[in-house]
Amino acid sequence: MAEKMIMLGNAAIARGAYEAGVKVSSAYPGTPSTEISENLVQYKEDLYCEWAPNEKVAVEAAIGASISGVRAMACMKHVGLNVASDPLYTVSYMGVNGGLVLVVADDPGLYSSQNEQDTRMIARAAGVPVLEPSDSAEAKEFMKTAFELSEKFDRPFILRTTTRLAHSQGLVELNEREQVPDKLYEKNIAKNVMMPGYAKLRHIEIEKRNNELSEAANTLSINKVEMNDTKIGVITSGIPYEYVKEALPDASVLKLGMVNPLPKELIKDFASKVEKLYIVEELEPVIEEQVKSWGIMAVGKEIFTIQGEYSANMIRKAILGEDVACNAPAQVPGRPPILCPGCPHRSVYHVLNKLKFHAAGDIGCYTLGAVAPLSVVDSCICMGSSISSLHGMEKAKGKDYIKNWVAVIGDSTFLHTGINSLMNMVYNHATGTVMILDNSTTAMTGHQDHAATGKTLQGEDTNAIDIPNLCRAIGVKNVVEVNAFDIERLEKVIKEETAKDEVSVIITKSPCVLLDKSKKPVYIAHEDKCKKCGMCMKPGCPAMTKNEDGTIRIDDTMCTGCGLCESLCKFNAIELVKAGDR
Amino acid sequence: MTKNIMIVGVGGQGTLLTSRILGGLALEGGYDVKLSEVHGMAQRGGSVVTFVRYGDKVAEPIVEEGWADVIIAFERLEALRYAHYLKKNGALIVNDWRIDPMPVVIGAAKYPENILDTLRENYKVYTVNATEEAKKLGNSRVFNMIVLGIAAQHMDFDKETWYAVIEKTVPPKTIDINKKAFETGYQL
Repeated sequence: MAEKMIMLGNAAIARGAYEAGVKVSSAYPGTPSTEISENLVQYKEDLYCEWAPNEKVAVEAAIGASISGVRAMACMKHVGLNVASDPLYTVSYMGVNGGLVLVVADDPGLYSSQNEQDTRMIARAAGVPVLEPSDSAEAKEFMKTAFELSEKFDRPFILRTTTRLAHSQGLVELNEREQVPDKLYEKNIAKNVMMPGYAKLRHIEIEKRNNELSEAANTLSINKVEMNDTKIGVITSGIPYEYVKEALPDASVLKLGMVNPLPKELIKDFASKVEKLYIVEELEPVIEEQVKSWGIMAVGKEIFTIQGEYSANMIRKAILGEDVACNAPAQVPGRPPILCPGCPHRSVYHVLNKLKFHAAGDIGCYTLGAVAPLSVVDSCICMGSSISSLHGMEKAKGKDYIKNWVAVIGDSTFLHTGINSLMNMVYNHATGTVMILDNSTTAMTGHQDHAATGKTLQGEDTNAIDIPNLCRAIGVKNVVEVNAFDIERLEKVIKEETAKDEVSVIITKSPCVLLDKSKKPVYIAHEDKCKKCGMCMKPGCPAMTKNEDGTIRIDDTMCTGCGLCESLCKFNAIELVKAGDR
Repeated sequence: MTKNIMIVGVGGQGTLLTSRILGGLALEGGYDVKLSEVHGMAQRGGSVVTFVRYGDKVAEPIVEEGWADVIIAFERLEALRYAHYLKKNGALIVNDWRIDPMPVVIGAAKYPENILDTLRENYKVYTVNATEEAKKLGNSRVFNMIVLGIAAQHMDFDKETWYAVIEKTVPPKTIDINKKAFETGYQL
């Protein structure tokens, strides 16, 4: 019997790619997709995988590999597909040589994202087929199906997951890696050079292929009818299928493994056999609107929300009107995510807060600088937007308006798309100040390497981009490096650089505290010396607690010994009692 | 029958290790099993919850309100936050430990008083100051294994199976201390 393992959805996707004979994978980290690449690297003897600086680059690398004749993939979160949408829309015209699959992870419920967009909408717009698994075992198998169909129908495929699938674990049976021979590369400019004359013809061709696929979808084994009691019929897919099985064990279900294009005949047939038809899909009514456009009566978003995750309780309530017996939830204070104790971002934000500065923010742990007590970040849109939005503000209101503003961006995000925005500032005579909070990793997604860390995904040493010199090469004359915990110098530098009528880049270089394994210094608070002024509490460090009498206590299990509180105490009430290696 | 377990706590308290052990147990017992957990931004000191479900055939990977047989809470406030997920007669195991959330630290909210008494009004509650007990064993980080030892009394696996899975799951150097911590909880 094949070996059975408990696998994370993302690990199962990686295993599926390995078993499907994938030879090249490129990705940019993004919750909830990151662990796919982190798991793929264990198969590096058989395939190549990498971190790319952004999703557009990753998808283009995968397309190149496909053109050359091997099975290739790219992985990203939903908003990453926006960055990669340029190649997506056109590779849809080209089709593939070696199978090509983009794994795209949506985030219903916004566990770690800036929006709740539905990848199926983009896939429909681009005419790209989509498979959607329901658990880890299917995630692995659907990867293999996606590659087979990709080659058979000459279409790039999207495997769509959601946070719940990506970050759930289930039993998976392991199989051997398929030995897939490389496809022959033949020069074919009518297929691979998308200039108007050829693209026009390819558009006709892909329409034909998609129609063939739509026809084939009626008999694909991954589109499955489970006939049961016919009073209630449900069309569903992905993780909501599991909720439906839990909520309505007696209902008939059409489970769609392929959600674009839809199997029209199969759906019509299923609809004709049930008394009342429901469509259960998280986020947008993608299946519902198509089904209704065919004149089929169905209930969907009339009783289901387009926001957040679904659940069995919710489905049972909406369809059967049944509630689950349980106590009401207690009213308790929230526990929002916070910067870790010892995080270098806290120190930077403390200084900006003290100077009453505003920051155009960006995507990373440092977005948390928006909330109290740091309250520095005023805006956060998407990767790289801090720099360009600060620029737009200056062009709208003039250079004096942004004298108390900075853009804050992390090292990985800067290399992702921030660098384009910095070029724009220099090119168009901006005067703003950009702070690159360089913690030498892609922190929020769980510490991935990038082009400035000196390591590849496969663990090899490599060139590390010199960020200060990169900024100078773009034409930034004022590039200053500061230790994030040297708050006196940091304050001075921020004042000096924002006063200049030229673009400045301040790089605060301090590694993410979670990566620092060296021995930590130990600080204690002396209650007798404490004047209860509250200065040390201002940066909102979770390792600091106020005693009943207003004095301060440091939780030694949480403290990482960054020393920020000591540098803020004017009364020597916080003392370094044991030096560390930091 | 599907058994529904939840592990709740504060990001960084080791909920993921605990869920790996529970997953391993279910697999050892020959059950179908699904787990679901939170990664990413919410991990940064936020409220975290992990679901473990095992039985003959498990459909969805999450435990919903009113379904939980056992909730393992690594912190008092988190116990209070998720207690209503328990089914009638479900067991609530609470580490008697307090970690202030940011709204409390900055004075925007109050940490609720008498949480354990409040919980006892509606639920079967088992408590331990596992963090202190773990310190006595010489390693404050194994507190979660003590809590797990108590939870084990409300689950249907024998001690040998627990030990076998703990040995397979924790770092080799820490097997002894983890087993000792589990035993401490198991005897409470």
